[in-house]
Amino acid sequence: MSDQFSEQHRIDLAPGDEGEGGVGLRVLGYVVGLGLAILLTATSFFVAGTDLVWQPSIPVAIIVLAIAQMGVHLVFFLHITTGPDNTNNVMALAFGVLIVFLVIGGSLWIMANLNQNMMPMDQIMQMQR
Amino acid sequence: MADTTMAYAHSDPHRLRGIPHAAVVHEGPAPKRIVTGFGFWIFLLSDIVMFSCFFATYAVLVDQTAGGPNGSELFDLRRVAVETVLLLLSSFTCGLANIAADIRNKPWFQVSMAATCVLGLAFLYLEATEFADLVARGAGPTRSAFLTAFFSLVGCHGLHVSAGILWLLTMMAQVFAKGFRADIGRRIMCFALFWHALDIIWVAVFSVVYLLGSKP
Amino acid sequence: MFGKLSWSAIPIDQPIPMIASGVVGLVILGVLAWVVLAGHLPYLWREWITSVDHKRIGVMYTLLATVMLLRGFADALMMRSQQAVAFQSQGYLPPEHYNQIFSAHGTIMIFFVAMPFVIGLMNLVVPLQLGVRDVAFPTLNSVGFWLTATGALLVNISLVVGEFARTGWLPYPPLSELTYSPGVGVDYYLWALQISGVGTLVAGINLVTTVLKLRTRGMTYLRMPMFCWTTLASNLLIVAAFPILTATLAMLILDRYFGFHFFTNEAGGNVMMFMNLIWAWGHPEVYILVLPAFGIFSEVVSTFSGKPLFGYRSMVLATMAICVISFMVWLHHFFTMGAGPYVNAIFGIASMIIAVPTGVKIYNWLFTMYGGRVRFDTPMLWAIGFMVTFILGGLTGVLVAVPPADFLLHNSLFLVAHFHNVIIGGVLFGAFAGYAYWFPKAFGFRLHEGLGKAAFWCWLIGFYVAFMPLYALGFLGMTRRMQHYDVPEWRPWLLIAAVGAIIILIGIAFQIMQLVVSIRHREALRDRTGDPWDGRSLEWATASPPPVFNFAILPDVSGEDAYWSLKAHARQQDLEKREPNYKDIEMPRNSPTGFICAFFATIMGFALIWHIWWMVAAGAIGAFATFVAFAWRDHDEYVIPAKEVARIDRANIEERRALISLAGA
Repeated sequence: MSDQFSEQHRIDLAPGDEGEGGVGLRVLGYVVGLGLAILLTATSFFVAGTDLVWQPSIPVAIIVLAIAQMGVHLVFFLHITTGPDNTNNVMALAFGVLIVFLVIGGSLWIMANLNQNMMPMDQIMQMQR
Repeated sequence: MADTTMAYAHSDPHRLRGIPHAAVVHEGPAPKRIVTGFGFWIFLLSDIVMFSCFFATYAVLVDQTAGGPNGSELFDLRRVAVETVLLLLSSFTCGLANIAADIRNKPWFQVSMAATCVLGLAFLYLEATEFADLVARGAGPTRSAFLTAFFSLVGCHGLHVSAGILWLLTMMAQVFAKGFRADIGRRIMCFALFWHALDIIWVAVFSVVYLLGSKP
Repeated sequence: MFGKLSWSAIPIDQPIPMIASGVVGLVILGVLAWVVLAGHLPYLWREWITSVDHKRIGVMYTLLATVMLLRGFADALMMRSQQAVAFQSQGYLPPEHYNQIFSAHGTIMIFFVAMPFVIGLMNLVVPLQLGVRDVAFPTLNSVGFWLTATGALLVNISLVVGEFARTGWLPYPPLSELTYSPGVGVDYYLWALQISGVGTLVAGINLVTTVLKLRTRGMTYLRMPMFCWTTLASNLLIVAAFPILTATLAMLILDRYFGFHFFTNEAGGNVMMFMNLIWAWGHPEVYILVLPAFGIFSEVVSTFSGKPLFGYRSMVLATMAICVISFMVWLHHFFTMGAGPYVNAIFGIASMIIAVPTGVKIYNWLFTMYGGRVRFDTPMLWAIGFMVTFILGGLTGVLVAVPPADFLLHNSLFLVAHFHNVIIGGVLFGAFAGYAYWFPKAFGFRLHEGLGKAAFWCWLIGFYVAFMPLYALGFLGMTRRMQHYDVPEWRPWLLIAAVGAIIILIGIAFQIMQLVVSIRHREALRDRTGDPWDGRSLEWATASPPPVFNFAILPDVSGEDAYWSLKAHARQQDLEKREPNYKDIEMPRNSPTGFICAFFATIMGFALIWHIWWMVAAGAIGAFATFVAFAWRDHDEYVIPAKEVARIDRANIEERRALISLAGA
């Protein structure tokens, strides 16, 4: 019974639920998403294997393409929008992304700094022998 | 819980004023579908934080090959490309199943879910053969810290896919036995979120691990 | 057949654990026998074990925490007495046993006392304060509790079967790797924490969703009581931080069980990565514990000062700032590990910045009291004791946040004194304040005031006597975790610290007496109004103990301090005489899912520790089957008819009206 009610409850949406649109429109959304995702994936794989572009730019390109593809998934498959009915979902997502960024970025920074200052572990072990 | 809310909602004069005001005047507890979906969304975020630890560890340990092989000697990008296409297609069929559930179309739901299941199993098969192949070549997870991190990160994703397939089969059985009840509908929504989220993780995996790692 | 498990796992030759566990076992058997013989088992099963009522689950969480507090405190007494006697001698605890004791003490106090205590209070109070009937996921809530209990059970089983970790409360590799810890101790630690960690994550998701999605009509974010805000922040931290713990412990498990090389010395493993990850969880964990305590103090201080909380919005801002900044300071736990001056300096500065919002909070509480008519009931005493003690702990915290100072103080008893100063003075005092404050709400009668005050003074004085000497010992160069020592200058301080522990023991004895006396005199202490403290938030708007549906009619909130304005309103206009329009109420049905699931989780955890693989499979299949069976239920709710709701609510309103007319006269 609460689910029938959700039709009228316009100020909020469950994550993954779409606002409106018929079946055809919704399927079309998934088709577009799939097309974009495959396009981006193909580009990634192409860039990784090609000699045509400046080599040091390749890792950056791959990361950028990956982030773009995650965006495509979020919009077309998970239906995250910027609408007011999605505020909570987006806020939660932003918090999660911040934490992911802090954990990965912080760990890499700290560990790189440690490696700079200290001998690698295997050499320390060599010395102890 | 919702029935009382409904009574309030109908008598609420502010509701007519539209969305901008609705944020200021709180209407009361949200309906169950939103509560369940949001809770699962939070779980997914926590799961992604867990994956981020494995990613961070992989990035820290990626050069620690201990004299063993590195990524460019081990990874087969064609296999990874096939795996990626399988997962993308399964995400698509999973979306179709979600739509079919919303319009309560049982045959389409079961067909789409079955397709998702087959695609997922094919993905798992490819991954399992890749792992078996690596172990057979003496590049198992105990060989070096790099391989430890690689097997754990990719394997963790694989475990999630396996759990997803178990869940998927349970949902197919539930819809077969009980039809599209409201609570089953909520579970299908959560499953779709889960499956799509795994796809997002896989995007990070193939980009960071395989594509970046295959560079010598 | 039974993996590594054999009769030699039971330490028959060690009298202390055998006698202790024998006594505990007898007590448990006695209680169980009494429950079964007196015919209470069906009641317990129906009303508590299978309950999905957030109030009942909250009470069970708190009960688990208090029982484990006794266990953890017994460990503390043993450590203090060992160090008091072990001057130039071995004392009475052999090193391998002593190491298990300090490891168990830390593990138990953080994971099975502090965590369940604050989660229990949040469970009990938050839905009431939000004016709703339950949490977002009632059955999962029960699963979460029982999984936490499973973890606690596994830690206690290690007392009798096998051993516990000897690695400290965080199992730093390489000591915790298979090479240096071949026994099952670390495995007990790992699986107990993995299982209870799942429970904590479930509780976190549940409470975040409850606060964000289930609020009564008119309860906008900026009208929520402070405790709801700190609950939101704390549970966001749980959701974001506990997966890090799960991942880190999973890596250690992979190292130990399958020979992986995450943290080993060989094959390129990196032990520093463990410190890095575990503290990326560990520092937010500190705030997970202390933020709810801040919320409790906010409620208590404003109620007992008879004033709205000073600077409510700055408090909200400070809470959310802590929520984010707490993820940016974790390196200060390992300044000495070898990072360069830039990294150390930046994390040191971040650690000092996080003290700012905490300072804002302290001033807010002080200004709330300023000009108020302060009543010194037990909860308020805990709050004042907290403010004094916590400031001291915070200051020593800022001291060790300075990297050069930390190089001197790291791993000394100064550090031990510091974190006990903030955890006892912050978290535990907060938990006790909440316990005294909300006990009447949960059970319908107050706790004995005199004994509560006696307990408070013993705890406060005992704390200072026990931990101030540790600061001095830190300056004298004594490191933590020493089983014996040869420095004569340390001896007097350690003797004083032991006396402090005994004073705290007296405080605990007073608390037990307080509970017993209060239960005996419950008629005299009965709270008939539902509002024993002249409260300000919605939990006081319903009866004590609240009916299963909390509110017959969900309240409509029109401002901050919802119940306070409701009371003022009722006094002026006498609106309460209007008969509300009662409706049928749907409530979630009780379910044994949580208990059965935890049963299988216990079997699985135990089997994993002892490498009994067939039992692992059996436990996993059982747990999955439990969930499928739960998902197959056809009716997950039952209806309380409007007539019954009206009967219960009218009785409540009668007593309440008497109170209001009394107050008006």
